[in-house]
Amino acid sequence: MGGWSPAAMASEPKVIELMLASTLKSVTRAEALAHEVCRRAGFDEDEQHRIEMAVHETMINAIRHGNKEDASKRVQLAFKIFPDRLEIRIRDQGPGFDPGHVADPLETKNLLKASGRGIFLARTFVDEFRIRKIEGLGTEVTLVKRKNSNKKSDEGGKHREYEGKNPPR
Amino acid sequence: MSMKAKTRRVDSVTVVDISGRITLGEDLTELRQLIRNLLAQDQKHILLNLADVTYIDSSGIGELVSGFTAASNQGGQLKLLSLTKKVHDLLQITKLLTVFEVYDDEAQAIASFQKAAGA
Repeated sequence: MGGWSPAAMASEPKVIELMLASTLKSVTRAEALAHEVCRRAGFDEDEQHRIEMAVHETMINAIRHGNKEDASKRVQLAFKIFPDRLEIRIRDQGPGFDPGHVADPLETKNLLKASGRGIFLARTFVDEFRIRKIEGLGTEVTLVKRKNSNKKSDEGGKHREYEGKNPPR
Repeated sequence: MSMKAKTRRVDSVTVVDISGRITLGEDLTELRQLIRNLLAQDQKHILLNLADVTYIDSSGIGELVSGFTAASNQGGQLKLLSLTKKVHDLLQITKLLTVFEVYDDEAQAIASFQKAAGA
C-alpha cells in the first residue's frame, strides 16, 4: 500500500481487493486493513472509527448470515479510494437477504432484543449503504464514505433530538 | 486487545471492571457466563464499569441488553458506569440510553442500588 499521495489518488482510484475465509479472524483482518486504508486516505480518527465499525458489522453479516460460516465459501473485500470518497465492497456467497425484512432495532418492541443492530449500525456510519443481490453468486454490500461529510456517529442515520434518561454529552 | 473482566464487591453491588473490546467471539461468551454466574449466586446488583472499553460492536451491545434483561427477570438490576464517548454515542443511536441507567460517578451508581433496595 506504499506510495500513496493525494496527487496520485486524484488521477484514478486506487483499488485493493482480497478474498477472505468465512471466519471471525477475517473480520479482524478486514478491520485492520480498513483502518490503514482510511488513515492513508486522510480520514480523521472519528471517521476511521465509523468506517471500521461499518466494515466490522458488514463482514460479520456476510460471514454469519451470508456464508453461514461455511468454510468452502469466501468473502470478497474491495476498497476503492477516490479523491473525494472511499467505496468499500463486501461480497459474500450466500443466498442474500431483503433489508426491508430486517426489523427496525429502534422500535420500542425491539429495543430489548439481543440481536438485529448490525446492519443498522453499518448504515448509520457511512454516507451510502447499498445492497445488491447477484443471482447465483451472492450478496454485495457497498459502503460509501465521503471526505469531510457532515454525518456524525450520533445521528443514527437521521436527525434526532436527544432521547433517554441520561444526560447528553 | 481482547476483553478482560474483573469483579469486585462494593456494599451490595458487584462491580465488573471491563477493559478491551466487547465484540463477537469467545470473550462475549465469557461475559455472558460471568453475568449469569453472578445472578445464579444471588448477586443481583450488577454495575458494569466500561471506562476502559475501547470498542463495542452490535453483538457486544446485544450482550449488554441480554444481561440487563436477565437481571431484570430475576428481580435484579444491571447498570452501566463510565461510558467512553464512543460507547455513549452507540447507546444513544441505538436508543438504549432509554433502557440503561448510566452513571459517571461510581459512588452515585452504588448509592442508586441502595435507594432502589430500600424503596
